[in-house]
Amino acid sequence: MSWAERINQACTNNDWRPLIDAVPFARFLDLRIDVKGEEFTCILPFQEKLIGNPILPALHGGATGGFLECAGIFYLLWHMDSQELPKTIDFSIDYLRSGRPKDTYANVFMVKQGQRVANLRIQAWQESPDKPIALGHGNFMLRG
Amino acid sequence: MTDTTATSAEQDLVARWQKYIHASPYNRELGVLPQAAQPDWFVLKVDYKDFLVGDPKTGVIHGGVITALLDAACGFSIFMKLPEIKPMATLDLRMDYLKPATPGRAILGGAVCYKLTSELAFVRGAAYHETPDDPIAMAVGIYMFTSGRPVITEKVEGMQ
Repeated sequence: MSWAERINQACTNNDWRPLIDAVPFARFLDLRIDVKGEEFTCILPFQEKLIGNPILPALHGGATGGFLECAGIFYLLWHMDSQELPKTIDFSIDYLRSGRPKDTYANVFMVKQGQRVANLRIQAWQESPDKPIALGHGNFMLRG
Repeated sequence: MTDTTATSAEQDLVARWQKYIHASPYNRELGVLPQAAQPDWFVLKVDYKDFLVGDPKTGVIHGGVITALLDAACGFSIFMKLPEIKPMATLDLRMDYLKPATPGRAILGGAVCYKLTSELAFVRGAAYHETPDDPIAMAVGIYMFTSGRPVITEKVEGMQ
């Protein structure tokens, strides 16, 4: 099944599980996707295995970073009806607050949609979108 | 820069780091292992596993795995330059993906802390199969020392 077909099916059935399950690492993170109209949210449900610092405790920076990148890729698949999986060219993460042991949400903003490259800004938050825990910013190759 | 055929002394050192690396559940889950602990190149390894795949068509490991590997390697490379462990947090991390990882192969993540101040540590690292000269990804980051209790409370041999 192509990515476009998977997205179509997910939108029709409002069930994103099969799309997530198609990407083993996203499945490992147990990601969820919530689409309401034009609003796309990716969710990283808390799991003990995501902890980086057990004393605080805080999410592993790599878990938050990987989640942001996954959110960007799924957003592009959803937004672009892509036939191919976008490839990350570069990705920058600013860690703003310690990630608490609770669910994390990511919202994605398309800064620029080019022919070949999309530039995204992705914000991860827990308590409220006004208090982001991390910001991701990256370029993604759309085809080729 | 990196000798992956470690001596037995090096292997002992690496084994001692393992318990600190695995203090983090996420490192443990991903199967992150110490490979070399040198002052100018701290190396971690992650073996190829099916659940780490990002592209089911090609079997290439997800970039998020490399982010975690290099975030951890960068963090530990700072410890190699400290007289004592200080708690810290990643302030920022930038990854450039130069080529896809080869399916089936382990990925090494090496890092060096190249500048240290009282509050900040500047690091760079590379993910690769054979040599950092042929990288899968390059990372550059800044870590900030924080208050609180460190995860590691004793000094590990090999630290400055």
